Amino acid sequence: MNYKVGIPQGLLFYEYYPLWKEFFSELGVEVLLSTKTNKKILDSGVSNCVDDACLPVKVFHGHVIDLKDKVDFLFVPKIISVKKREFECPKILGLPEMVSNTIKDLPPIIDPEINLWKSEKNISDSITELGKVFNVNKSKTKKAYKKACNKYYDVRRHLNSHVIPIDAIKIYNKLLKNTNFKKKDRLNILLLGHPYNIYDEYISMNIIEKMVKQDINLITSDMVDTKKINYYSKKIPKRMFWTAGRRLIGSAYSLLEEEKVNGIIYVSSFGCGLDSILIDLVQRKASLKNIPFTLLTIDEHTGEAGINTRIEAFIDMMKWRLNDENNISTHG
Amino acid sequence: MKITFPHMGNVYIAGKGMLEDLGREVVLPPPCSKKTLEIGTKYSPESICLPLKINIGNYIESIERGADTILLTGSCGPCRYGFYSVIEKNILKELGYNVDFIVFDPPEGKPSNLINSFKKAAGTDNVIKIFKGFYKGKKIIEKADNLTKLSNIKRAHAIYPEKVDNIMNDFYKDIEDVHGSSEIISFINYTNKRINSVKEKKQSEYMKVGIVGEIYTIIEPFVNLEIEKKLGHFGIEVEKSLTPSKWLSHHLGLGNIGISEERKKWKAAKPYLRTLVGGHGRETVGSAILYAKEDYDGVIQILPFNCMPEIVAESILPTVQKDYNIPILTLVVDEMTGEAGYLTRLEAFVDLLKKRREEKKNGELLLRG
Ligand code: SF4
Ligand code: SF4
Repeated sequence: MNYKVGIPQGLLFYEYYPLWKEFFSELGVEVLLSTKTNKKILDSGVSNCVDDACLPVKVFHGHVIDLKDKVDFLFVPKIISVKKREFECPKILGLPEMVSNTIKDLPPIIDPEINLWKSEKNISDSITELGKVFNVNKSKTKKAYKKACNKYYDVRRHLNSHVIPIDAIKIYNKLLKNTNFKKKDRLNILLLGHPYNIYDEYISMNIIEKMVKQDINLITSDMVDTKKINYYSKKIPKRMFWTAGRRLIGSAYSLLEEEKVNGIIYVSSFGCGLDSILIDLVQRKASLKNIPFTLLTIDEHTGEAGINTRIEAFIDMMKWRLNDENNISTHG
Repeated sequence: MKITFPHMGNVYIAGKGMLEDLGREVVLPPPCSKKTLEIGTKYSPESICLPLKINIGNYIESIERGADTILLTGSCGPCRYGFYSVIEKNILKELGYNVDFIVFDPPEGKPSNLINSFKKAAGTDNVIKIFKGFYKGKKIIEKADNLTKLSNIKRAHAIYPEKVDNIMNDFYKDIEDVHGSSEIISFINYTNKRINSVKEKKQSEYMKVGIVGEIYTIIEPFVNLEIEKKLGHFGIEVEKSLTPSKWLSHHLGLGNIGISEERKKWKAAKPYLRTLVGGHGRETVGSAILYAKEDYDGVIQILPFNCMPEIVAESILPTVQKDYNIPILTLVVDEMTGEAGYLTRLEAFVDLLKKRREEKKNGELLLRG
């Protein structure tokens, strides 16, 4: 029998979709994605989720509603840890339960527990369990997973060669659109934020496209070398125990320390618990290095016009700074 | 070295007794107040959770009283409490306060760091002495928690609940001037007796409410706007799912009671929430179910605004409410929470519980008739 599994386009989808997609195809299972985030998805998410949740979690609920009547299964993995001694956000830890207790009439949820906190070997049990759901035997499931991983690493490699990740997903979907190689004499601006906040074009109000149009070099955390991320994330006085935090802190600190960035824009959703800590750490470092930093906080009421003005003003200000510095150096 | 630490309910009583036994000088922060919160809010990142803001207020008020060393417990995730010490150090440093932090972070395979922190705080290398101090501290916190528990039940039973309030006020006022563990313990015993002597109503059954949620908001009366007292005055017995002594026995693995209680909660929560979600989110769900099974009239969940684990629990509790037919009220607190609105919600909830009791009684009468 041919099963159809629904994958909501929200939260960690933005990191692991290539992996999930390959894996399911290898198992011979059809994958259906929810519609890209739009007003309807946002609205249904907002009204079908606890008020106190952050925007990305609400949007995720909207994607679940979009999919629920179209598929045999929903894929909402319980991702606790993807790296030894690191965690995801508490809300991501509890995501399958948040969804299943809030939204009615759901198809069965496939929610394997991914917990590599103790050991990175722990994954194999979850994977075998997953195969069982679709009557695929252990060895075939393992093979499928290995193949999927290899493809996934290929995609990640593209990221490190300075392709903006949203394009990487597009590359993956054979929609190669690759225009953003680094140019000299342009501002280098780091766009920080959780992948689902900056790559979801609706949530972020197309911030990437807006910035690219401004003739700048846009950098995201995914484009910073993993080794550097790991090295610089250790510069804070306490071990960073969030995977997302390691990436954000590590990339920001590496670019700041190596003086490779002219400014930082941090996109955060209102009420994000991780960001309340991470913003503080990045902002302090940036001000120590005398690098402009701005924070864009988004929630379901944020207007696009305001965001546009903020981005333009920030980039204009940095262009001024750059000119000024150039003038000083030529005349001084 | 003048030691201080942030407030969390009765913890200061034990901390003070223990450190004084070891010959340390302790500077207590004044009880949490509007001013504490104002100071904390002013100097903390806006979007950080409430406990950190109050901590900052406590520190600054203690420093003004002469404290120069701050003790703090830590964690290594998944919630942001694990980064409290980092953010707090930054804030105080930026304000120009020259204070020392001693953080008790989990050992993570390197117990030497933790042991050194204990030695530094205790001012001695004598591990036996430290251990003894600890033992005393644990005893005090258990006694103090039991006193709170007693007062929370007695308030509901008392003809004049104000009498309980007065005795507890006396206790909190005078305890600052009682020094060393043995004096503290005898003062707690004395207060216990006073509470026990308060005259009770002639009533055999009382309504019961269990409090669940984020540990700090459950334990610190200033932050939960003295919810136990308010419910007590409505004639309701209050039981808290988390107390400092429970926390201590769980986290330090001291005694099996704490651990087995935690396990019980996890087991109860399992059909609804099968893994950890940081903080005490899983315990919140488990405790609500256990209270329902023990025939409590209702459950109240309290959390600081934007508390991540409790938001997960909050989305699950409606299912528990339905499955177990028990009313659950969620109260979110932050620096903007107003007394009036809070009380109105509490009153409405209590009315609901009363009505349900009546209906249940009538139903039973009908059945019998
Ligand atoms: S990391 Fe922040 S934005 Fe993401 S789910 Fe957690 S609280 Fe929400
Ligand atoms: S449990 Fe809640 S209050 Fe405690 S650190 Fe986490 S978010 Fe803050």
